[in-house]
Amino acid sequence: MHEKDLVLDLQNLRIRFETDDGTVYAVNGIDLQLERGKAIGLVGETGAGKTTTALSMLRLVPTPPGIVECDKLALNGQDVLTMTDKELEKIRGKDISMIFQDPMTALNPVFTVGDQIAESIHLHENCNMIEAQRRAIDMLELVGIPGERAGEYPHQFSGGMKQRVVIAIALACHPQLLIADEPTTALDVTIQAQVLDLMKNLRTKYQTSLIMITHDLGIVADTCDEVAVMYAGSIVEKGTLEDVFLRTKHPYTEGLFNSLPNINDRKAMLTPIQGLMPDPTNLPEGCPFHPRCPYAGEDCRKPQTTRKFSDTHFVRCGAYDRPGFHIARKEEY
Amino acid sequence: MIRYIAKRVLMMIPVLLAVSFVVYFLMDLAPGDLVDSMNTMDMTPEQIEELRKQYGLDGNVFERYIRYIGNLIKGDLGFSHTMNMPVFDAFMQRFPATLKLALASIAVALLIAIPLGIAAATHHRSLIDGVSMVGGLLGLSMPNFWVGLLLILLFSSKLGWLPSTGSDTWLHLIMPAITVGTSQAGTLTRITRSSMLDVIRADYLRTARAKGVPEKQVIRKHALKNALIPIITVFGSTLGNALGGAVTTETIFAWPGVGRLTVNAVNSRDMALATGCIILFTVFLNISILLVDIAYAFVDPRIKAQYSK
Repeated sequence: MHEKDLVLDLQNLRIRFETDDGTVYAVNGIDLQLERGKAIGLVGETGAGKTTTALSMLRLVPTPPGIVECDKLALNGQDVLTMTDKELEKIRGKDISMIFQDPMTALNPVFTVGDQIAESIHLHENCNMIEAQRRAIDMLELVGIPGERAGEYPHQFSGGMKQRVVIAIALACHPQLLIADEPTTALDVTIQAQVLDLMKNLRTKYQTSLIMITHDLGIVADTCDEVAVMYAGSIVEKGTLEDVFLRTKHPYTEGLFNSLPNINDRKAMLTPIQGLMPDPTNLPEGCPFHPRCPYAGEDCRKPQTTRKFSDTHFVRCGAYDRPGFHIARKEEY
Repeated sequence: MIRYIAKRVLMMIPVLLAVSFVVYFLMDLAPGDLVDSMNTMDMTPEQIEELRKQYGLDGNVFERYIRYIGNLIKGDLGFSHTMNMPVFDAFMQRFPATLKLALASIAVALLIAIPLGIAAATHHRSLIDGVSMVGGLLGLSMPNFWVGLLLILLFSSKLGWLPSTGSDTWLHLIMPAITVGTSQAGTLTRITRSSMLDVIRADYLRTARAKGVPEKQVIRKHALKNALIPIITVFGSTLGNALGGAVTTETIFAWPGVGRLTVNAVNSRDMALATGCIILFTVFLNISILLVDIAYAFVDPRIKAQYSK
């Protein structure tokens, strides 16, 4: 087997937060690999640990109260875990950058948008501020904002335009890995499609690898090659788009699909997943999903291992130890 | 922006009228006047009445107030009989010393408060946070006359390094500036810390870090500029107050500022001088608050946008 050209290699990531109310187990042993130029969707409910996972790749989880442990974290083959603050500052925004969820608060209100884009270019591209400003204007035009608005402040822009500015900042130095943390959640549906199209075009233009964090399966289907489904700080199912969408294996993934409206049967009732995400200070034993899982049995209380269904398809569900077990959702080929 | 400033300057007029009214009538309530404080033992009552008339102290308080305002509108603050010169000249003679002390003490306060407040906020709940908070409280609660006396004891009596009274050289400025500055630093440190704590967890600082901005710049550039509004507010009122003179500090160090001038004027019942000093102090306080409001616009573009509406 040939060595894959991995942009990201993350092994056994564990993050917990020591708070006054106890220890919050935010991420509990995650493996994530991403090949150059590919896009992976990180899907899950609010609180599943998606954003925390992403921040840990930039080493931006606030410590304290956070404690980040990891067997391996490599970007482009560089070990990020042992980097000094100075080395980290060099790769942040240059090799890896992030689009944040809420464009309303992600921009600094007292600096012009041009300055905020130029700052990144000035820091990483070895050019003076005038040159950086000129390139910042190019970036603005690239995301569809007239260059002459570079001298304006964030409060003079609409939400969708602010998100474009955030995207322009993230892409200013053509990073190899882009993390998009729910980039469209705060936007109107009409603007969502524009922003997604924009990201897609820019990604093909610069050959950027993408981690798309979302709870919207439609966005994943639209933008990603692979999917990882997260639940309570673990990846419960991971595979190619086809693996996860057509040959769904994990009961939680099935639950997510059942909560979506069906375009072919518009009278069908939605079946939401019963119950709520477990309290991360007090996770259930074994599979964290078993209290809500319709297929749960005694065997789900034991520690779970990851099961391999194909070279690309991994599922963390102990129920498959039972002979002939399958979920209700039909497989499609 | 210019319209906004013009509007604010015009708004100062009613404020000044109200202040002059309150001050004038309060002063009148105090027993005795300038003539009472003079030696009139061998004068006849007619001569004393004549003297009152000469000093403009005749008639009831309303008549005198109307006369005073009439002169004030013409720009005449009256004549000080204790200083034997126009009130404005007497004030201006003392004002440079007060200005010097005000600027020096504010510089001391800023040099202490801004770095300490930032360090306290970035090291929230650490040792340095505790030290700066206790220090801030100490600066606030130690009375100036006491700090001043301690400084004189140490640096003038024991060590003999600094002169204890007067205002001839910049050496004379050091102890008064430290005395006033440390008490101002107390408030400023606390406000710097709390306003930095407000912004330090902001999303846009995370954006800056994710861009690869070095941590020092994240704090000094991205965070501080956002935290500046409350700091400037406190700075402005501190400066305005300092321009009114630091009475106790000026007294201890025999500093020839307007604070002492005002207190002496009140004690010797020199109504014109006392009222004039307080009105001029009001003007300076108003100007520094206006400067603060203008400074807001340069710090926060959202406020600038409001001004031009």
